[in-house]
Amino acid sequence: MKKIFSLITMIALSIALYAQGAKIANVNVKDINGKTVSTSSFNNDGKPYLLCFWATWCHPCLEELSAMAEVYDEWQKETGIKIYAISLDDTRTKGKVKPLVNSMEWEYEIFIDENADFKRAMGVNNPPHTFIIGGDGTILWQHTGYAEGDEENTIKKYIELSK
Amino acid sequence: MKRFFIFLIVCSCLSSFANAQGIIGGKVTGNFQTDIQASKEDSTIGAKKLDDKLRINSFANFIYTNGDFSAGVRFEGYLNPILGFDSQYEGAGVPYRFASYKKDFLEITLGNFYEQFGSGLIFRSYEERNLGIDNAMDGLRVSAKPIDGVVIKGVVGKQRYYWDDIWSTDNGLVRGLDAEIMLNDLISSFPSDYRLNIGGSFVSVYEKADNIFTTINGTQYRLNIPENIGAGAFRLNFSYKNFNLGAEYAQKGQDPNAVNNYIYRKGNAFFLTADYSIKGFALRFEGKRIDNMSFKSKRTSTGNMLNVNYLPAITKQHSYSLMSMYSYATQVNGEIGFQADVMYKIPKNTTLGGKYGTDVKLNYSYITALDREPIDNYILDQTGTEGYKSSFFKFGDEIYFSEINLEVNKKFSKDYKMNFMYSYQTFNPIAFGHAGNPMIYANIFVVDGTYKFSSHQSLKGEIQWLLTKQDYDEFAKGDWLQLGAEYNLNGKWFFALSDQWNYGTEQGDKVHYYNISVGCTQNTTRVSLSYGKQRQGILCIGGVCREVPASNGLFMTITSSF
Repeated sequence: MKKIFSLITMIALSIALYAQGAKIANVNVKDINGKTVSTSSFNNDGKPYLLCFWATWCHPCLEELSAMAEVYDEWQKETGIKIYAISLDDTRTKGKVKPLVNSMEWEYEIFIDENADFKRAMGVNNPPHTFIIGGDGTILWQHTGYAEGDEENTIKKYIELSK
Repeated sequence: MKRFFIFLIVCSCLSSFANAQGIIGGKVTGNFQTDIQASKEDSTIGAKKLDDKLRINSFANFIYTNGDFSAGVRFEGYLNPILGFDSQYEGAGVPYRFASYKKDFLEITLGNFYEQFGSGLIFRSYEERNLGIDNAMDGLRVSAKPIDGVVIKGVVGKQRYYWDDIWSTDNGLVRGLDAEIMLNDLISSFPSDYRLNIGGSFVSVYEKADNIFTTINGTQYRLNIPENIGAGAFRLNFSYKNFNLGAEYAQKGQDPNAVNNYIYRKGNAFFLTADYSIKGFALRFEGKRIDNMSFKSKRTSTGNMLNVNYLPAITKQHSYSLMSMYSYATQVNGEIGFQADVMYKIPKNTTLGGKYGTDVKLNYSYITALDREPIDNYILDQTGTEGYKSSFFKFGDEIYFSEINLEVNKKFSKDYKMNFMYSYQTFNPIAFGHAGNPMIYANIFVVDGTYKFSSHQSLKGEIQWLLTKQDYDEFAKGDWLQLGAEYNLNGKWFFALSDQWNYGTEQGDKVHYYNISVGCTQNTTRVSLSYGKQRQGILCIGGVCREVPASNGLFMTITSSF
């Protein structure tokens, strides 16, 4: 009971004291060709960008990324947005990432977080999980799950936070 | 140790507070999840009476980051563990805490950590929370990038075992080294059309020898147990334009253990993947051979804990429940198989492609036992001997699993889309731990459609149908039909109804497993509540499975990130 109480206290304290402005975690992920890359190198020329955690076996993730792929070109022209899609596929399915991305004709920046280091560091529970990261690396907004039409809210939020 | 946790927690909270006041830097982030289950007795589905009315699993991560430094703790509580989790999880505490420093070319982690070498054939420390798997290391991890294109990692520590104070147990000490070279980055004149990465790793587990005896032909022998088990692996990844090739080979020294029946044969594993993809089209092949590769940090241990390596199943990972009813799990003592994928997007503005294009995916997988022969004068897998002989490239006669799967995703209009999936599966119950039972052959169909009324509302309908003649046990109960509907409002609320009907069985009642659920998402906080029946089955994620007993009642999940 004491432990539960201390957990509740910890959560309450963290939420109460949670200071806006946490930054994107600095860990290593792999690019689609297997090169180790630090997440601190993610950027969009000083503008905010989107960070989407997904996996080849996650249906809502594929729906979200497919929905955004249809309008990505338009979004880029209108807002200058850039999307980093971070795959959580491990050895079992990571070989599907590149073929799937190509066959779906996605134009995102694709990285693989094979042992979930980035996921853990960013406090992601389950994919899909979407972040808007500011030009200075600050976490501006995040959202979990995907329902039809969510991408419209995401771009609205992006435009609002880009101002 | 306790003081250390308290110190960390106080540090995190203080610095977070200080930061809010703008005094010093540092931020706290984290996430938590709570699962609450209340199940009542239901003899029709085999749900047992529980003495404890409520079962609760929860965890919360807190990570404090200040520049190059980070530290974190995870609280876990299983009071008591929800159905399907090992009862050894019962309890609460802080099993995971770390401090880490990362600067340019060097990263050092003290305490608990997760790490993977190559594809994990000889080392992977990871967690799969929903399956109750956590083999976090406790010790030291160093990762260095001495020059561009070279990454070297070293780890030493012991693995988590439920709530045991692992440093006071005899569990093995795990030590590992890994090096990876990315030639394109190392050699600036390397032709840019080609990409070549090579890597190698070595892992050793030290565990004191036990006294283990065996009787062969009436004579009792004491096994000469090796105290150091070594394993090495080599890998390469090559790509040229749209073509990729990856291979990894691993070998393990003599490791008599409870999983392989204490045989002395050396283990090995081979993993190969090749793919070719262009815009709108991809082809992929993957092959795998595993031979006596159970690698644990305690030789007497079986089950999902204390695994040093990771050997995933190379079969399609399903998310529809009837598609995954007969999920395959890797047979670590030996298997050989392959899978192939074709992915194609029928272009937009064609007859079949329609206005938005149509995605078609075809997958085939085939896995068998190894072709094995007994050693002269001994039975197969005789304890204390080499166990068996096996030719490397030959498939065994016993099929473990095979599947052909076709998936079509089609968007008909801005508001309406559908998915179709068909699968034919051949399943050997050995993957459920029921070797020797008849094979299961199943045809499975899935159709689901989503209709968007407006940008705020959508309705999803789903039909799943599994047809099989096999109806002989709890895990083979004939035909199933599942219907489901889900309504989404504002991307925040959902209401769902489903019924899984086991209409094709002669084993007991033709039960309806109905379920009603409602949920709400607010940014990163998600609360869902469901009521209904859950069938007994096997829940698999990433090719690793756990048994879930039948339940009838309430289930609530709360997740949040902050």
